[in-house]
Amino acid sequence: MLPFSFEWIWDVGHMVFHGGLWYALSIIGIGLTYCIVKAAIDSAKAGGGGHHHH
Amino acid sequence: MDSALIPEGVKRCPFWQFLLALAVTGAVLLWGVYAMLLCWFKGLNITGMNDYYGFALWIWADLAVIALGGGAFFTGLLKYVIGKDELKNLINYAVLIGFICYSSALLILAIDVGQPLRNWFIFWHANVHSMLTEVAFCLSCYFGVLCVEYLPLVLENRQADRIPFFHNLTHNLHEIMAVFAATGAFLSFFHQGSLGGVAGVLFGRPFGYREHILIWPFTFFLFTWSAAACGPCFTIFITRLTEKITGKRLVKPEVIHLLAKIAGWMLTTYIIAKICDTLYWAFSTAPAMGFTLSHFYTNNSLYGYWILFAEIVVCGIVPAVVLITRGLRERPGLLFAAVTLASIGVCLNRWVMVLQVLAPPVMPFDQWALYMPTWPEVATTILPVAYGVIMVLISYRYLPIFPQEKELNPVES
Repeated sequence: MLPFSFEWIWDVGHMVFHGGLWYALSIIGIGLTYCIVKAAIDSAKAGGGGHHHH
Repeated sequence: MDSALIPEGVKRCPFWQFLLALAVTGAVLLWGVYAMLLCWFKGLNITGMNDYYGFALWIWADLAVIALGGGAFFTGLLKYVIGKDELKNLINYAVLIGFICYSSALLILAIDVGQPLRNWFIFWHANVHSMLTEVAFCLSCYFGVLCVEYLPLVLENRQADRIPFFHNLTHNLHEIMAVFAATGAFLSFFHQGSLGGVAGVLFGRPFGYREHILIWPFTFFLFTWSAAACGPCFTIFITRLTEKITGKRLVKPEVIHLLAKIAGWMLTTYIIAKICDTLYWAFSTAPAMGFTLSHFYTNNSLYGYWILFAEIVVCGIVPAVVLITRGLRERPGLLFAAVTLASIGVCLNRWVMVLQVLAPPVMPFDQWALYMPTWPEVATTILPVAYGVIMVLISYRYLPIFPQEKELNPVES
């Protein structure tokens, strides 16, 4: 799965398959992290009172 | 406690009724869990699988729920990427149905692996030449996307929404949902396609084998297309079913009609492509491999020509015509019949591509290999249905799934 794994081979198959997996995981992970961090900052700025966007 | 969790301004059944429904469905769920544990502890020899049938009934169920759950990615694509804003009134339920279908698919895969402790092998010791590896990667990642899409709905629960952090998180997730929706659509394209591609590359199984466009057999594209066409039909079917059970209008007709119209055109184009594919396979691919069409459909009543007629005409052309014709689509009974037929059609297609593929003889000394599932297979196939009903019961009761419910069903104070 990772380049330091004993099964890893630097060929197109591994790079495409695992590259695709990491790409998708990165988007999900970064997106979620961004939302969580921003929500924490927004909550701190509002002094715990919350605000209503909807 | 219970009433404090129910969304404001809506009416729900008494708590005892809710508990009774949970208990009845839970009993069915436990029956399925028992069968699942038997499969793990006693092995796959308790199933009806044999040397001919390497796929059990639950694998058909797996492919069927993945196709039916396709309403989530396609409705998400329409709402967040293409900008069909009216679908915001149905997207929550589409996401919930997708979440149920995809978690069920992963559960079914876990049963099929047979050794739960080694589930992670598929990621760490991946066979990069396998379409099923791609399916496993995409399915897992897409389930992650669905969790992210379902999360704001959970956080919008009346009590959770009072916590400022959750409220802000919900807002932020809504803000960038297009990114997740686009990722989900991308992942869905490949995993739906690869599921179709698995049958299409099996040249030793001429019933499923198809010609290729570059490395992709025709079935790769047909699977994605059919999921995008029939998934939204299943979303409409479940929505209408929920409305009938609850005795309420939950979504305005114009929202349903818009999705039905788009699904209808998807179904129309899909069924044309499916007919072309079938004709080319029947009159070019199969004869080139030494087979005639009658070789695949005669000799037994289970896999007669009726199955081809049912899939393409009854569950394909008929619902497609109803859904693309405004006068027919706007008649509630006909709409319900059409989305039901389309949902059955995609399940029938998966049945044919998973099980009938293995049935016809391929060697001169072979016989038709008919398959009879055992009770643990039936129980593990019903398991996700019971799980889905429980998820819908809980989500409908405590989460604001239908934004138009309050307006359509004003509660007298």
